[in-house]
Amino acid sequence: MTTVLRCLSALIGIATFFILALVWLPIERTPPSEALPADWTPERGAGEYAMRAANCMACHTKEGGSPFAGGRAIKTPLGTIYSANITPDPETGIGNWTLDQFRASLIDGMSADGTHLYPAMPYENYRLLSERDIRALYGFFSKEVEPIKHRVAATDLIFPFNQRWGIRALNWLTLTHDSGFTGRMGNEVLDRGEYLVEGPGHCAACHSPRNFYMGQAAITAKDAEFLVGGHIEGQEAPALRGSKSHIADWSLEELTAFLATGRNFAATANGEMGLVVTHSLQYLSDADIGAMARFLKALDGQPQSPVEIAVQQGPLSRPAPEANAKGEKTARMLTEAGPNMSLGARIFIDNCAQCHFVTGRGAPEIFPALQGNSLVLSEDITALVSIILWGAELEGTDRRPMPLVMQGYENRLSDTEIAELASFIRQAWGNRASALTSDDVRAIREAGLP
Amino acid sequence: MARQEPKKDVVIVGLGWTGAIMGMELAEAGLEIIALERGADRQTVPEMKYPQMIDELSQGERHKLMQRPSQSTITIRRDQSETALPMRKWGSFLLGNGVGGSGVHWNGQSWRPQPVELRLRSYISERWNPSIIPEDMTIDDYPVSYDELEPYFDRFEYVAGISGTAGNLNGEIRAGGNPFEGWRSRDYPMPALPMTYNGAKFTEAARAMGYHPFPRPGGNASTSYVNEYGMQMAACNFCGFCERYGCYQYSKSSPQTTILAALFRKPNFSYRTEAEVLRVEIAPDARSATGVTYFDETTGEEVFQPADIVILAAYQIENVRLMLLSGIGRPYDPTTGEGVTGKNYGYQITGSTSLFFRDEYFNPFVGSGVNGVCIDDFGISAIDFAAEGFIGGAYISSAQTNGQPIRSMPLPEHTPEWGQGWKAAIGAWYGHEMSISHHASVMSYRGHYCDLDPTYKDRHGRPLMRITFDWHPNELRLNAYLREKIEALARAMQPDHMAANYKGFDSRYDVRPYQTTHNTGGSIMSTTPQGGSVNRYLQAWDKHNIFVLGAGAFVQNTQYNPTGLVGGLAYWAAAAIRHQYLRDPRPLV
Repeated sequence: MTTVLRCLSALIGIATFFILALVWLPIERTPPSEALPADWTPERGAGEYAMRAANCMACHTKEGGSPFAGGRAIKTPLGTIYSANITPDPETGIGNWTLDQFRASLIDGMSADGTHLYPAMPYENYRLLSERDIRALYGFFSKEVEPIKHRVAATDLIFPFNQRWGIRALNWLTLTHDSGFTGRMGNEVLDRGEYLVEGPGHCAACHSPRNFYMGQAAITAKDAEFLVGGHIEGQEAPALRGSKSHIADWSLEELTAFLATGRNFAATANGEMGLVVTHSLQYLSDADIGAMARFLKALDGQPQSPVEIAVQQGPLSRPAPEANAKGEKTARMLTEAGPNMSLGARIFIDNCAQCHFVTGRGAPEIFPALQGNSLVLSEDITALVSIILWGAELEGTDRRPMPLVMQGYENRLSDTEIAELASFIRQAWGNRASALTSDDVRAIREAGLP
Repeated sequence: MARQEPKKDVVIVGLGWTGAIMGMELAEAGLEIIALERGADRQTVPEMKYPQMIDELSQGERHKLMQRPSQSTITIRRDQSETALPMRKWGSFLLGNGVGGSGVHWNGQSWRPQPVELRLRSYISERWNPSIIPEDMTIDDYPVSYDELEPYFDRFEYVAGISGTAGNLNGEIRAGGNPFEGWRSRDYPMPALPMTYNGAKFTEAARAMGYHPFPRPGGNASTSYVNEYGMQMAACNFCGFCERYGCYQYSKSSPQTTILAALFRKPNFSYRTEAEVLRVEIAPDARSATGVTYFDETTGEEVFQPADIVILAAYQIENVRLMLLSGIGRPYDPTTGEGVTGKNYGYQITGSTSLFFRDEYFNPFVGSGVNGVCIDDFGISAIDFAAEGFIGGAYISSAQTNGQPIRSMPLPEHTPEWGQGWKAAIGAWYGHEMSISHHASVMSYRGHYCDLDPTYKDRHGRPLMRITFDWHPNELRLNAYLREKIEALARAMQPDHMAANYKGFDSRYDVRPYQTTHNTGGSIMSTTPQGGSVNRYLQAWDKHNIFVLGAGAFVQNTQYNPTGLVGGLAYWAAAAIRHQYLRDPRPLV
């Protein structure tokens, strides 16, 4: 008995020690990964470009708010996090931050006052940022951005994440990789692609799973679960590698087009990915987008095209694809439109076939294919049902200025009809996913717009 | 005192096809531009969304997308002895309103004129004799040639996303296309749409009679399309709701699908809706404009918008009216033939034969605005005017644009128009009909013109536009000739019944039934300031910083739907402004 008590008090003692250490131990900032001279200045525009590559704007700008003034609500399993004001306003923004403090926020997840940032900030990925990009970003956010006085709402998380030391504990467990980036792919283009994907692009933040501590299970290509799929704000972020991934049968050209414009022969970027395209990827050079696409393809060992990839400019005429072998049966059934069709099929003909076609393959660049569509097939049905109810919009980009809008059917289809429709498209054209019930739809409808 | 807005380089009146084209061209030239649109803003979603948009009663019958007659209307009379009366419900033609203009509710049929149509007086004089031109026929040569316009037709077709089959590629006649068309420097940007069964039947009959059938060209996409601005269209699904409707699925060529979102990204372009331009303000020396005054619907006040260049890009009728209201060009006087603005109002004449087949089924609800097979064997370039006794021509087509229940219920002749008999006939014949129609030129005449109505005014106290127009014996003879050709084709197809819908020799213009929204002339182009309102660059002869776009420039109407020529001329005028006018603003001729 005394032994047990002794062990227990020892454990409590150790835990207390750790917690006290977490709270009181002086913070340490990781030094720069490259020693640049103090008077080093980035190329003109490099700061803004790095900001685009790192997509700071998407999270640090509230809908309808001033750029970078923060306040955007980010829903996480830990609670709602409000993004910070990162304009150079000295009082409510980061105007007083030194370069070292700024760098620490990116690579150590540490605020200027030493407190820890919430992991909605992808510092695990930004930890790979080159010192040059960090310096460029610092220049951009201290000199080029307009200071905006805007105090953002306080973040409210569940215990223990509402304790900043809780986050510190998390970082001890997750922030174990080296800072800075070293190319491993053996050629300059692939290294550049890897850097953009792993570092500023922080693709893994959504497309890799989270581990037990809510950290990213895979940060770089060395990690087994890198880009095998994850979740973001209740939406599935599909796998970007592996033979069953959404993009496995996309050509390099189609992947490039998707990244640069949010649309290609079979898909449009939805939800969060739409924001990534409109706020970030569309501004990257063809060379950088091409490098990212090449790196992603190289992850699966796909052969590399020697040709330079660029987004195709109009005029372009691309016919809608015919039904393929997997989809032929459904296409024939819908074309014949016999009286014994299921309710789901009938609703599809009346409401969906105009754009997505009886082939389920949509129309290149404009209407996404439903066959093999990761959003349609996702285990999490929220996104699919939400889009049927309330529609979806992909904003225009410079190279494809047309906003692509799918209208919602909230007022036209009942819960039962949507359940039938969604079940139909999840099982048509060779799709294999579970059916929905009207209760599933009702729950999502009642929860309201995500 | 009117409110005054900051000065712009350019003010564009109307944001339809020509306003959007000119807006983009001049925005690319770096000018500060404001476009003023009297109607509402409008996008594919939500304003054109399915299924609300395809409501035949509200759109097709009650003209929801159109100008409200209470907003402004026109008065019409058939000759100078009549008193013109205001139209209170649209009929013969439908005037668009709102962003996109008539480019939202058109069918999409897009043609180039024949080269000879642009030099008609010379063509007739060379081939026959000028004396075969009736004394009151005021046709002329356009002051610009087909060859000069070809690159601009091409540009419009590639921006607008036109589907078709080339018949004359750089002078080489190609099988399957229109052998009578002018040369084109490259093929259409998209292949022709597939054809419906009526088209296949018509093709067979036309071939058997030695004619040259080809698919109608137009702005219904046959594939996914991305144009030079990155704007996108999707392949048409033949839903059968084009004319009078906005397209809910990005398939119809319109300013919305092909230009506007790209234009709205330009920081030097802006636009205001609910802004109805009341007049163009003229400088004291009367040689240029200083801007325009518009009525701001949202604040209920008059606003002066100063600008260095004024582009009139409203519909033909409103453009000419604004010119008459503002003193641009001397008003035309039909008694003396002097004056220019309002001159040579033109229209088109149509006629059709319905063919009923008891044992054939045409699925009429499968349609698109462009769908149809045409022959141009009776076009202007193919007819011997001296021998036939008229001047003009037409293309003949078998279209199937829709099977809408209210307006598309053709029945054999002598069928009761209501009650049991009518119902039985609908049951027996719906879907068993196809039609063959002609779409013919109307020449310009001394007595056909536009002026300001002496009696009727709009809500701002401005006189309404008055149109004086009637069918001329020349066109009625052409119409009879075409009827003969169509009926021969129809008989060869051996229908069970036929029904004729043609004007007789005593027909007078009736504004009630829909015919075409192809109103032309009134601000015509000319070689000299005495001949028309604008020069070959669509620049007002008497006020060099005003350019007047649209079909008002047509010296005489062509045998085709006007949009191809309207679009080509807009690009032609834009090039003149960009490359000639801007560096030294002056009269270009």
